[in-house]
Amino acid sequence: MKNENNNKSKELGLKLLKDMYLSRKFEEKVQHYFSLGMIHGTTHLSIGEEGAAAGTCEGLEPQDLMYATHRGHSQAICKGIDINLMMAEIFGKVTGVCKGKGGSMHIADKDKGVLGANGIVAAALPLACGSAFAAKRRKQDVVTVAFFGDGAANEGAFHEAMNLASAWDLPVLFVCTNNTYAMSTHISKVMKDTDIAKRAIPYGMPAETVDGNDSFAVYECIKSARDYVVKNGPMLIVENTYRISGHSKSDGNLYRTKDEINAWKARNPIDKMRNDLLEANTCTVDELDAVDNETTELIDKAVQFALDSPYPELDDVYNDVYAL
Amino acid sequence: MPKKEITYANAIKEAISEEMIRDEEVFMMGEDIGIYRGAFGVSGDLVETFGEDRIIDTPISELGFVGCAIGAAVAGMRPIVEIMFSDFMTVCWDMIVNQAPKMRYMFGGKVSVPMVLRTASGGGTGAAAQHSQSLEAMLCHVPGLKVIVPSTPRDAKGLLKSAIRDNNPVIFLEQKLLYRTKGMIEEEEFTIPIGEADIKREGKDCTIITYGRMVQMCLAAAESLEKEGIDVEVIDLRTLLPMDTEAIIKSVIKTRHALVVHEAVKTGGIAGEIIARIADSEAFYYLDAPLKRLASEDVPVPFCPVLEKGILPDEAKIIATVKEMMA
Repeated sequence: MKNENNNKSKELGLKLLKDMYLSRKFEEKVQHYFSLGMIHGTTHLSIGEEGAAAGTCEGLEPQDLMYATHRGHSQAICKGIDINLMMAEIFGKVTGVCKGKGGSMHIADKDKGVLGANGIVAAALPLACGSAFAAKRRKQDVVTVAFFGDGAANEGAFHEAMNLASAWDLPVLFVCTNNTYAMSTHISKVMKDTDIAKRAIPYGMPAETVDGNDSFAVYECIKSARDYVVKNGPMLIVENTYRISGHSKSDGNLYRTKDEINAWKARNPIDKMRNDLLEANTCTVDELDAVDNETTELIDKAVQFALDSPYPELDDVYNDVYAL
Repeated sequence: MPKKEITYANAIKEAISEEMIRDEEVFMMGEDIGIYRGAFGVSGDLVETFGEDRIIDTPISELGFVGCAIGAAVAGMRPIVEIMFSDFMTVCWDMIVNQAPKMRYMFGGKVSVPMVLRTASGGGTGAAAQHSQSLEAMLCHVPGLKVIVPSTPRDAKGLLKSAIRDNNPVIFLEQKLLYRTKGMIEEEEFTIPIGEADIKREGKDCTIITYGRMVQMCLAAAESLEKEGIDVEVIDLRTLLPMDTEAIIKSVIKTRHALVVHEAVKTGGIAGEIIARIADSEAFYYLDAPLKRLASEDVPVPFCPVLEKGILPDEAKIIATVKEMMA
């Protein structure tokens, strides 16, 4: 029995580690090519937050739907979006998952259940109520995840969606990636009570808070939450984590100390997973390094695919404004 | 073809009812649209016919329920949402401007948003500045939306049916003061295509381009002008986005005069766009007088009936403007 459990957690641990490595390496490449001027616009990196994304997406079923945040690369990757197409999208290429029209902030692939990253803070929450409404109406075993940050919890859309979902018992899993900074503004400056999970209480909704850097714990939490949501209605999960990267290209990190960043770097979810798997004798160093190497290769291929792809023709600008 | 008389409000209700019978995925939600029957009574007995699962009363959360409708549309349903007064669109502007019309494009054509947002637009009711606006120009500035303003019961029914079947977000601006007006419609099922203007009156001397509540006023002015020997053509745009530019140009080439009339305020209004389209076209070379527009004064809609009436275009202003153009 113990062996069986160990195999199960080994398989899961390696999958979570792979998702997190893919996310981390994907974003490091994005950062690199951005600094070379080869990626245009802006990007919001989630380096440090991969544990929350991996644990959440792995805890879902393949048919489940998800709305990502503007900091949504890792959420999309962990939900299973094709990394070649996603990298090409961020390079603005016609082979991109959105044909080069969306870019970093609007990664979406309905076929993978990724209903879109959103450039508007908290907009995902009402939208998620809609796909949940449709799933409930059709009696489908489908949960919709609305990812949002601690900053979004101060938007009116948060209140309206939480209220609507609870009044109508919609199968929405509200997942707050709490990295404690809304851009530069610390949560303590803008919330009297920073325990976001408490905000579920007035809506008659259960809530749980979990260490977002422990992707195993996030996975367990989401798995049981999903089970609750599909049967009963909405739930709020708060995943505490930290954004090691800056907010975006304009971030000078003036609002936090190097010590703080370094302390969180030491607690980053990838190293934590490696240590946990080694300490429990679940995996060997070679097994973990194999995942490290495999994901490096996959991301290198994704970059090559993006570099080799052409830009869209200018005529394409008129396509997809309207559906037929 | 047998015809029947129907009010503008009931024509809208009939369109909703027929489409709900035709397609199980069609449902409606909004504030007090069930047992209350809608603030303007449009939904009537729909809740008795279709039940509370398909005629859904929402919390007062426009951002929440319009977002919910968009999400349901992306999932393949065909929601109709009612916003009680068009002024309230501004509290869910994000959903109307940033979400519904952008998703298809941003996501590479993989999703569509087949949603209709119905709302009561316009003034003349003494409801003052926050319940009387005509905000269509703001909507027409957003590619990805379609914008319809029907002026008769027949247009309202036929266009709403097309809007519900359309695979894009459509804003359907109902005219408050027209809800109780009557008109004739076919007994048989019919639809009217989105994007086609309708020549409500043919004439050879001057083209008036208008839509919504102003159509009847322009037709009445045309009757008066006829007595003075001026033969006016009245084009009802019906759809503002996409706009039937061809119909406008063709008419102006014929009449050599063009006046645009709308209830919305003048500055930044649709009239500017229409005039630009004429000026940009070959019709410009045919013009015998400057292009003109009549619109509400650039002020918030005032409460006092004397003031409200004073800022709106009316028959006398239309007649005077046409005469001045023809002089």
